[in-house]
Amino acid sequence: MAKHKTPMLDDLEKGPWPSFVSDIKQQAEKGKQVLKDAPDDLLGVMELSYEDRVTHWKHGGIVGVFGYGGGVIGRYCDQPEKFPGVAHFHTMRVNQPASMFYKTDFLIGLCDLWEKYGSGLTNMHGSTGDIILLGTITDNLEPMFYDMTHELNQDLGGSGSNLRTPNCCVGRARCEWSCYDTQEACYQFTMEYQDELHRPAFPYKFKFKFDGCPNGCVASIARADMSVIGAWKDDIRIDQSAVQAYAGGELKPNGGAHSGKDWGKFDIMREVVDLCPTGCMWWDGKKLTIDNRECSRCMHCLNVMPRALRIGTETGASVLFGAKAPILEGAQMSTLTVPFMPMEPPYQELKDLIEKVWDWWMEEGKNRERLGELIQRDTWQKFLQIIEMEPDPRMVDEPRSNPYIFWREEEVEGGWTRDINEYRKKHQR
Amino acid sequence: MPYDPSDPLKDRITDIGPRYYKEFFPPVIEKNYGKWLYHEILEPGVLVHVSETGDEVYTVRVGAARLLSIEFLREICEVADKHCGGYLRFTTRNNIEFMVDDKAKVKPLMDDLKARKFAAGSNKFPIGGTGAGVTNIVHTQGWVHCHTPAIDASGIVKAVMDGVYDDFGKMRLPAQVRISLACCLNMCGAVHCSDIAILGIHRKPPMIDHEYIDKLCELPLAIAACPTAAIKPAKTEGGLKTLEVKAERCMFCGNCYTMCAAMPLADEQGSGVAILVGGKISNRVSKPKFSKVVIPFIANEPPRWPGTVEAVKNILDVYAKDAKKYERIGDWAERIGWERFFEKTNIPFSHHLIDDYRFAYTTWRQSTQFKF
Repeated sequence: MAKHKTPMLDDLEKGPWPSFVSDIKQQAEKGKQVLKDAPDDLLGVMELSYEDRVTHWKHGGIVGVFGYGGGVIGRYCDQPEKFPGVAHFHTMRVNQPASMFYKTDFLIGLCDLWEKYGSGLTNMHGSTGDIILLGTITDNLEPMFYDMTHELNQDLGGSGSNLRTPNCCVGRARCEWSCYDTQEACYQFTMEYQDELHRPAFPYKFKFKFDGCPNGCVASIARADMSVIGAWKDDIRIDQSAVQAYAGGELKPNGGAHSGKDWGKFDIMREVVDLCPTGCMWWDGKKLTIDNRECSRCMHCLNVMPRALRIGTETGASVLFGAKAPILEGAQMSTLTVPFMPMEPPYQELKDLIEKVWDWWMEEGKNRERLGELIQRDTWQKFLQIIEMEPDPRMVDEPRSNPYIFWREEEVEGGWTRDINEYRKKHQR
Repeated sequence: MPYDPSDPLKDRITDIGPRYYKEFFPPVIEKNYGKWLYHEILEPGVLVHVSETGDEVYTVRVGAARLLSIEFLREICEVADKHCGGYLRFTTRNNIEFMVDDKAKVKPLMDDLKARKFAAGSNKFPIGGTGAGVTNIVHTQGWVHCHTPAIDASGIVKAVMDGVYDDFGKMRLPAQVRISLACCLNMCGAVHCSDIAILGIHRKPPMIDHEYIDKLCELPLAIAACPTAAIKPAKTEGGLKTLEVKAERCMFCGNCYTMCAAMPLADEQGSGVAILVGGKISNRVSKPKFSKVVIPFIANEPPRWPGTVEAVKNILDVYAKDAKKYERIGDWAERIGWERFFEKTNIPFSHHLIDDYRFAYTTWRQSTQFKF
């Protein structure tokens, strides 16, 4: 028997898409979670929100595990008498394995622990990538952390003004386009910066995301303060016989991604060559030619003809900085900073770069100022000085159109100190 | 030794990070790591990846609610144990992927997945989310767990996915459509580069809990948090320190409430949904783009948010009919022009949709190239 009447939520049990309401109910009925009433009371407080059309959660309090400043989000219900099972409902963020492959014994171990210490509810996964354990009480945080580290060899993720849990695409595990080993990079950067991840010392959050190619499956260009996106420098590898097979209709374009509608016969000119944003390819009816020097690696031709075209072999990554959501100065995407960097362990070049960036941001950044906002406030030119890089036309879409150049004194012949009296000898007042 | 509350630092383990990803690779993934040649979508939700070793891995992708119980997680593991040697993975868009190394294992897996339903009838494992279709919605916490939301998340996502369910399991669209939801402007879900974004917004300035604000908040931090300098110090009649909000300068970002719990914004009538379209992450053909606001407000309508669901379906259907193959929603809108976008989708254009924040001028049309 459900503890609360939830007619509005019950309506969300209908329809074909998996119902989170049905799932919470099955946990309430069958689950052995230690916080027995948590699923029922969560449904209760949600139903109340559906009636009131506002949330019933309070600002988080400062809760956590000893020695860490992140990884736990405090959460309290604003109707604790009605819903005691979720009166305290703190979240634990658990650092997911790179690209989120799992062995079931690990997940079952995690379920066992969350049954022992929590609500029995999770998010797989949170927006940044962590496994989210949704809802427990303060007293259970330490024992949960202790058992998780001892039994599962597993640590918490980031929250607050620290390095957030890094994330990556599926990479070389199951993709033909990954220009570097995104999982290994994600893992190594996570391990190298454990202190920054667990102990908030930054002005605000900082995110790393590792995309293997410009398709950007982990959305690094929109969501990461440091976006590492795979790139190759040499030629796209072409299998001309496979190109002919696509052109002749023997192979399905785009891996069969458009099979739900009849788009007519595949036309390599219209669908590949004419859509190339740099116009760097030609098809003479038999042979595809690419002027690789003019290619900007948009991925379209590779996406359409994956069996015919492959990324080059001189691979690495482009590094971009500064993406963030709108709060506060408006949304930003990351700006191209290092056009190409080889990406081999131990990734020293990238580590040296990020540490310079952090030193500057920690010194100059205001409270709750993301890196992208600091770069805007203090100029791209200043950012280049900090990271000791030379300006490059690839960093801009176009040169400035206003001529208000902040010349530096040392750039101007004779400097800025002049004598007005000398001037007046030649120019009357 | 179990945890000892009297000595919490005894035998403490910290800073060990996540498990090493390779521990969790199925054998076929481990063996062919970095050797994949190409892939194909055999049918919606079913992929094959082919390696230069000749090995193949078949993936069945299923949608899932982001909020999962451990009862359900155990069932997911049971499926993986039964069919996939005890391995599975999740995607960045909250899908679950079951992988097998032999084509003969695909059908039994799919049959099993299709047969599993929740008690009230919804599918546990809808197969799809590939290619030129709608994949799972990434979203935030909403009324399940967050203190700043303008809207719920899980409920709207469920209602919208029910509404576009056919397009999760079909690939009839010109290109992939990424729908995302963030329950406030903080955008834990970063919806600002999505084909269709469902965003929670507020429309009433914060209330001020005058009797308590000085005890609950650092007033200067709340003042500094305001991007439009709309907040200034004030005194109550009783002489208590408090704040005052110049309402006409408020852009309802909620940043003050993030800094100060005594300034709540959320409201039954004031808070609701804004719809943004045309963003993308990928560099394919055109550059990554921001999503643009095309519907400034739709009221919260629990439990099924019909206005929001209809708005999403309308945009999706017009796009499906009108766009060229490979065109993302943003590419299509730019090619036909935004005036045509509003005409074709029959969405009213209002003053709310013209930018008046920073860099607004860069979005105004400075040319005579427009369409009648």
